[in-house]
Amino acid sequence: MSRKLLPAFVFALVVAALAYVPFIAGSYGITLGIGMLGYVTLATAWALFSGPTRYVSLATVAFFGIGAYTVAVFSESMVYPLLLAVAGVIGLAVALVVGLATLRLAGVYFVIFTFGLAELIRQLVTWYEVNVTGTLGRYIFLPVTPEGIYWQLLGLATTAFLISWWIGRSRIGLALKVIGDDEVVASHCGINIARVKLALFTVSSVLITLVGAIQAPRWTYVEPTIAFNPTVSFLTLIMALLGGANRLTGPLLGAVPLFMLFEWLSANFPNHYSIILGLVFIAIVFVLPRGVLAFAEENWRRWRKSGVKNLPAVAE
Amino acid sequence: MSELLTINGLTKRFGGLAAVNAVSFSVAKGEVVGLLGPNGSGKTTVMNMISGHLPPTSGTIALGNETISGLLPNRIALKGVSRTFQLVRGLPSLTVAENVIAALAFGRRRLWGETARREALLRLDEVGLAHRANQLAQQLTYIDQKRMELARALALEPELLLLDEWLAGLNPTELRTGIDLIDTIRKRGVTILMVEHVMDAIRALCGRCVVMNAGRKIADGPTAEALADREVITAYLGEAHA
Repeated sequence: MSRKLLPAFVFALVVAALAYVPFIAGSYGITLGIGMLGYVTLATAWALFSGPTRYVSLATVAFFGIGAYTVAVFSESMVYPLLLAVAGVIGLAVALVVGLATLRLAGVYFVIFTFGLAELIRQLVTWYEVNVTGTLGRYIFLPVTPEGIYWQLLGLATTAFLISWWIGRSRIGLALKVIGDDEVVASHCGINIARVKLALFTVSSVLITLVGAIQAPRWTYVEPTIAFNPTVSFLTLIMALLGGANRLTGPLLGAVPLFMLFEWLSANFPNHYSIILGLVFIAIVFVLPRGVLAFAEENWRRWRKSGVKNLPAVAE
Repeated sequence: MSELLTINGLTKRFGGLAAVNAVSFSVAKGEVVGLLGPNGSGKTTVMNMISGHLPPTSGTIALGNETISGLLPNRIALKGVSRTFQLVRGLPSLTVAENVIAALAFGRRRLWGETARREALLRLDEVGLAHRANQLAQQLTYIDQKRMELARALALEPELLLLDEWLAGLNPTELRTGIDLIDTIRKRGVTILMVEHVMDAIRALCGRCVVMNAGRKIADGPTAEALADREVITAYLGEAHA
């Protein structure tokens, strides 16, 4: 009984502690918290679909941008909660259409399609703004405080985490693992592959859209190159991979240290930021291809088995 | 006799090659039928079309009175057809028990939780693998992977079981066990269509054989007669032995 309740208790405690942060942290602390919670949610939502299915999606920023742009476009004509709902619905609709069209694609074709999708949406928005509205940028004036954004993102991150936890122990979670291992076996077991993938892709996309929608007021001014910046997709991907996309806490463990690292890099090496970012990407893929958690687990097991302490650490 | 599986004019073309060419045969409820033929004669392609892994180019496959050709594998699985694969396909990152639970959870009975786990252990016990339930599938030996695959296929509660060279690569003792196992399944009333090269197994298990060569059916009848057929001997051994 208490063994089952302990993780839930710790989880609740951590969320409560995080909710208290805005009362003691300064404005820089809150800004840092917003960025971090945003990426934790993005990485968790990304891993929800891409972790078990191994469909590497670079469409993160497509949905993130849709969320942000929806808020920018409707910020003056709707009340705030309705804005978020509309953003979510638009994200859902796009995810369904994209999902139905692309989930038959396998491997590298899916990666390329999702990358192309983000670019396509960015170009469409740019074209529309230039030719129809006649202006490229938009201002967002909403009565939302940084603390408000922080708490909303905390709520969303908690939701993403709980969904991920629930899926991990539900039937659909098993279906995803089977699909990730062998699609032929999956369908011969009676699993409707297309439906499972579509459901997960949609849930993941809606969460990502909401991150964009909630964070949008922080920018005050948006234009397509800001809202649809492909770096968001790559950062999300590398964070989830660093932690381990197949584990519940993996994306979290990847997102927090990497976000801190990137913050520090952009503050101290503003001119070389992109170069160092690239090097970090390469290092992670080479040294920890299956994530920190898998790496730690394997070496712990090996260390216990052999009893030798100075065993070389190998990730493969 | 009531027919469980009826195949009519089944054809599969890969470009210009007719891997299966106008094959028709049927399998009655409760029968164990061997599907024989030299390598490349189209046996596995027939199996793949029955299970839905490949769509037929033309022709029909019916299970009972229902046409199943053209359906996706998951639909066909739910109608009561399950299979093993020629090259064994485990789910490597899952445990042995989870491999079986996968079939239980999405199969016809949709079991989940403790019920599914208990049922999975029973299924594994049937194939002599219960003691490995918590190991990862990738740690199993070849024969144990085959056992696991059979347990997974049986967990779908099939009316028709397709075994694609399930007995290949076993040593004599394992072969004996394997034949007995299939016999037990048959006695439970499961209809079996098996592609096999092991003659002892075919003689012991199959009442009837369908023989294929180069995509066509060349013989269909009681095992002893089918194997003595002139055209069958020619297909396997060449003109001189016929």
